[in-house]
Amino acid sequence: MIEKLNREQMAARVARDIPEGAYVNLGIGLPTMVANFLPAEKDIFLQSENGLLGMGPAPRKGEEDLELINAGKQPVTLLTGGCYFHQADSFAMMRGGHLDICVLGAFQTSTRGDLANWHTGAPDAIPAVGGAMDLAIGAKQVFVMMELSTKSGESKLVEHCSYPVTGLRCVSRVYTDLAIFDLSAEGAVVTEMARGLSFDELRRLTGVPLRPAFGLVARES
Amino acid sequence: MIDKTVGSCDEAVADIADGARIMIGGFGTAGMPDQLIEALLRQGAKGLTIVNNNAGNGDTGLAALLAAGRVRKIICSFPRQSDSHHFDRLYRAGKIELELVPQGNLAARIQAAGAGLGAIFTPTGFGTRLAEGKETRHINGRDYVLEYPIAADFALIKAHRGDRWGNLTYNKAARNFGPIMAMAARCTIAQVATVSALGELDPEAVVTPGIFVRRIVESLPASAAAA
Repeated sequence: MIEKLNREQMAARVARDIPEGAYVNLGIGLPTMVANFLPAEKDIFLQSENGLLGMGPAPRKGEEDLELINAGKQPVTLLTGGCYFHQADSFAMMRGGHLDICVLGAFQTSTRGDLANWHTGAPDAIPAVGGAMDLAIGAKQVFVMMELSTKSGESKLVEHCSYPVTGLRCVSRVYTDLAIFDLSAEGAVVTEMARGLSFDELRRLTGVPLRPAFGLVARES
Repeated sequence: MIDKTVGSCDEAVADIADGARIMIGGFGTAGMPDQLIEALLRQGAKGLTIVNNNAGNGDTGLAALLAAGRVRKIICSFPRQSDSHHFDRLYRAGKIELELVPQGNLAARIQAAGAGLGAIFTPTGFGTRLAEGKETRHINGRDYVLEYPIAADFALIKAHRGDRWGNLTYNKAARNFGPIMAMAARCTIAQVATVSALGELDPEAVVTPGIFVRRIVESLPASAAAA
């Protein structure tokens, strides 16, 4: 049996790859959950696009401050040592390559690292982009976190994005419920797989060219 | 003596003409100058172009301005939200024009206007739908899109404290677009919680120097504003 990771396990797995001292932006949705798994004893700096560095967890009930919110407009707190800044500085942190890691959700990611996460392409959809395009191209490493397949079973790791792209060749690694992929101009390399999943089965599920990393074995934990 | 404080929000926005381009600070409702927007609504100017990160939340502030049909065009990064029903309705009915700008490009273009730059080359959006038809350039191994500054006739912003020379401090994440919008408008009007005497603001803590601010209004307590 294939042991798929659930959302919490995916978040925990991403959190394991974030080192102490990293400046990190966690995108809206699934990536936000990564914060719950960052070890409290490590100093990891969370940036929020609306102007926070050193963002802390949600406040206790009754202590919400409407002028202290995250990118999803939910109330948050500021850690001791955290600070505030304006929008131009906030996006200079992204665009200027000062953030170490950015974790984003995606509709699709191509094996060469193109990202589609801002628009479904539906003609009647009201478009909204926010900081997605800046985050995609700014951080030193851009991680995508997504389920490998859509509800109807289509792979979200693709050779070419069919959805409108957010950025080109910007994603360096994709964490999914079934496997982890490192992406580059040479294509996708599988570095970890869920227990019980074979490389051939993963190839069949994605339908894209994949190479195994040296010594690839199914995930142990 | 220079005193940029004005007695009321109504007085502060009285000369905004039909067709004006107005920047409005805020990220959602954090930093949104609600009382200035309400005054603008009472004042009646129409055919406005609004620059804001969003396109209104709920039924108050910017959303109320949209609902009243005063806005011809909006330049923003994230219009579609769970509570953007007034914008959604106008957009689907073809009654409002939308220029969608990635948030960092919005900030950079506003900042470019305030800093007197003719244009900027930004990597954000390259190769995407939002850069279609725009000039691009390959610089030092990377691709960039040419984007032009966004300036405005007026900026309505919310700050925390201010003084009669127009120096401003902000509160937490309500700072967001305030400092850069203040620089990019011909006339910046700041709604502040408290007007302090000159010298009471720590010069080291001033975020927006008074040169960028034309008018300053102390906001009414929430209870009085609602009355």
